[in-house]
Amino acid sequence: MDITKFSAGDAVKQIKNKEISVLELTDSYLNRIKEVDDRVKAFIQVDAEGARARARELDGSTVNELGGGLPIAIKDNINLIGAPTTCASKILKNYRPVYNAHVIEKLIRGDAVFIGKTNLDEFAMGSSTENSSFGPTHNPWDIERVPGGSSGGSAAAIAAREALWAIGSDTGGSIRQPAAFCGVVGLKPTYGLVSRYGLVAFASSLDQIGPITKTVDDSALLLSIIAGHDRRDSTSLDYEIPDYLANPNSNLSDLKVGLPIELFSESFDEGVKVSVKKAIEILEKKGAKIEETSLSSIEYALSTYYIIAPAEASSNLSRYDGVRYGFRSNDNSDIIEMYKDSRSGGFGQEVKRRIMLGTYALSAGYYDAYYGKAQKVRTMIIEDFKSAFSKYDVLISPTTPTTAFKKGEKTSDPLQMYLSDICTIPANLAGIPAISIPCGLSDNLPVGLQIMADHYGEATLFKVAKELEEEIGFSDIPEL
Amino acid sequence: MAVSKKDVEHVALLARLRLSEEEVEIFTNQLSQILEHAGKISQLETLEVESTTHPLPVKNVYREDVVKESLSKDDALLNAPEIESGAFKVPKII
Repeated sequence: MDITKFSAGDAVKQIKNKEISVLELTDSYLNRIKEVDDRVKAFIQVDAEGARARARELDGSTVNELGGGLPIAIKDNINLIGAPTTCASKILKNYRPVYNAHVIEKLIRGDAVFIGKTNLDEFAMGSSTENSSFGPTHNPWDIERVPGGSSGGSAAAIAAREALWAIGSDTGGSIRQPAAFCGVVGLKPTYGLVSRYGLVAFASSLDQIGPITKTVDDSALLLSIIAGHDRRDSTSLDYEIPDYLANPNSNLSDLKVGLPIELFSESFDEGVKVSVKKAIEILEKKGAKIEETSLSSIEYALSTYYIIAPAEASSNLSRYDGVRYGFRSNDNSDIIEMYKDSRSGGFGQEVKRRIMLGTYALSAGYYDAYYGKAQKVRTMIIEDFKSAFSKYDVLISPTTPTTAFKKGEKTSDPLQMYLSDICTIPANLAGIPAISIPCGLSDNLPVGLQIMADHYGEATLFKVAKELEEEIGFSDIPEL
Repeated sequence: MAVSKKDVEHVALLARLRLSEEEVEIFTNQLSQILEHAGKISQLETLEVESTTHPLPVKNVYREDVVKESLSKDDALLNAPEIESGAFKVPKII
């Protein structure tokens, strides 16, 4: 039996009943990595020895029943002591973290087995995991295609069964878009539900850590492990985390679903439209009330995002100055020249582009027209969502306009690349939770369905997603 | 709004980036294109709209002003490219 097929729930039971050991489970994933990762390239580093040692240690004790003993992959922009945090950037190539992220502390307490760090677009900036100084990750469904990004390594690792579950981060869709492209489940929680302490900052008002998993139940379990207040992140919500694992009432007859017309463009792929439509029909058959609705301001979400996110990034990335950590150019006697050479030598093209964009939007004479204006439009977007959620329990859309695109297809045209996040960006601007689940295949490539709920609406997302998951029965696994 | 080469060179200095001639050329075009798209938001009437500072209603977080354990000096210097006498070393400033 191939034990890498187990969901988290199954694996937990098997470990508890001593039918498999943590070491066996860990070894099966390590073997799988050995077998397929030269083709997928999901990982930047694999810690086989550390994972095995941890597994043996856990086998000798009573393992935490809430997901303990399960091999997990961590996106390489999250600090885990013992492994470098590279952010897939030359500038942090040898960076050794001196503290653990809050999510890592929680996972350690939950008896997790850390199997490795996964590839990403440099500093999480990108939608294809092609902007990595370690080279691109390939989509397990078709290795000529991208896995999406920026958490492309984590999503590909789950699709290729190289880890039981994974952690990603989502600033404009970086969990959901790769989850959609790889046929797995990706959740961006409510902003502040999971502490950002130890996550390398990209755009602080948008960044959120979340789970990438095989199933909706796994997503709920992993979220319940990592969510919770942390005083070291001042935007962390002081909120009592509900029991996401409680069996929800599966009756959808009083569910009200809104379909934002702005996220159902005629120009989207036919295959995407067909699969999403089928999923909506399932909900309708189960008695949910479905209605088209308009959130007119979200037409401006992409524009707003590509001002706010680079502006925050340009400020956050000013810390890479070659003084305290990171790459330093050594042939300078002048400090300004040293800053310039270190930063230009250490950052890749997309990161430079966003720093330039953000610095421009924040510079004297342009601040009001760009950054100031964008912060106001963001308010309009939040208000549109508030008003939509006064009428609907959830909003549903495709996660992405297309299925996974070919490598190199969009690398020369940044605007085209940015457009692939058009359906996912609104949730980040509004700080609301959103989940992507696989809803079918189009030309043997997975299609993602996005469900959004109001702030703190994770339990509702899980309930609807789980019903759909059962009815759709997506169980395909890519052949590698 | 079109971005000029001069704008790009000025912004590169503000951002402490050294760009090659070719990069200046590319960024001038790409920034113009991206900002033209992003400039769509100028069509919206926002006179009566407040700016978002946070997507959820939260309050400022304070803590008691007491000394707590922090990073050790060794840890703080662990990743430093150059160290001298227990301090970060940089090129001469004055």
